[in-house]
Amino acid sequence: MLQQISLFKTVYCDAPQPWQLGFQDSGAPGFTGIVELHNTIFFYLVVICVSVFWLLGSIIYYYNNTKNPIIHKYLNHGTLIELIWTITPALILIAIAFPSFRLLYLLDEVISPTITIKVTGHQWYWSFEYSDYVSESGDPIEFDSYMIPESDLELGQFRLLDVDNRVVIPVDTHIRLIVTGADVIHDYAVPSLGIKIDACPGRLNQASLLTERTGVFYGQCSEICGVYHGFMPTAIEAVSVQDYLTFLDSL
Amino acid sequence: MSDTAEAQSNYLLQTAGFDARFPNTNQTKRCFQNYVDYNRCINAKGEDFAPCKQFLKAYHSLCPNAWIEKFDEQKENGTFPASFEP
Repeated sequence: MLQQISLFKTVYCDAPQPWQLGFQDSGAPGFTGIVELHNTIFFYLVVICVSVFWLLGSIIYYYNNTKNPIIHKYLNHGTLIELIWTITPALILIAIAFPSFRLLYLLDEVISPTITIKVTGHQWYWSFEYSDYVSESGDPIEFDSYMIPESDLELGQFRLLDVDNRVVIPVDTHIRLIVTGADVIHDYAVPSLGIKIDACPGRLNQASLLTERTGVFYGQCSEICGVYHGFMPTAIEAVSVQDYLTFLDSL
Repeated sequence: MSDTAEAQSNYLLQTAGFDARFPNTNQTKRCFQNYVDYNRCINAKGEDFAPCKQFLKAYHSLCPNAWIEKFDEQKENGTFPASFEP
């Protein structure tokens, strides 16, 4: 009943909306951390901005040429106030730097992954390889993922975001992404999972991926890579482990 | 349901773990090193020596397939930039 009146139904936003302000809903702990850091810093940023502009405005208002024609001796120079307004911002910057670095190094960590997925950027599509299950003779699992052109879109699909082959991953599983480029530098980015990592030719970059809920998460290439840079999106489909195994079987 | 059980027995959800020699984002050398180590291993102990499979699995998990093909080609031509002598 509650589901029917959709009062307690949660609808997640894993793709950008037109004129969207702010972030997409988080699907990974890393991105939750990023949003939290942003919000915390933004709160202090607003406090600092209001107080600085208040001070500036009141000085301009009360000490202008007509109201206060004689310059006050102590307004020109004061060692104490200069010390305060030099050291305080330094302390604030340190207070921002510590949680920022903590998050940065937490995001860098790839902790005992269960699956490795290799992501290769091409001009202009992404290709994916699952090679954990391959014996020497077995064929590797690999597929290309192209954007669905506007003329082929079906109702409910996203323009410039949906692809023909989604990356299927199991939910609640630590996954290692090995990202590289085949021709020029690309950048693999999925905002709601907090992933953004350069795909450089000749280099393998490692990133960690953990989804906390099932869903389809959309991303785009984030390094200008040629004329069709804006037309090589990616979609990650997080499913249950059973469904993931069924997917592997179907390939 | 039986399909799932069959699928589960087919796949071992396991991959190369953390390697203290390569703690950074850059894993390029790790792929290369595992490829070299595998070939050194089979040169020393033979293709069927089970512990060598560890390196095989690691480089298959980490190297893009195009790289593995290129490495194999270089190995055949003798132009691979490292020695496979054990």
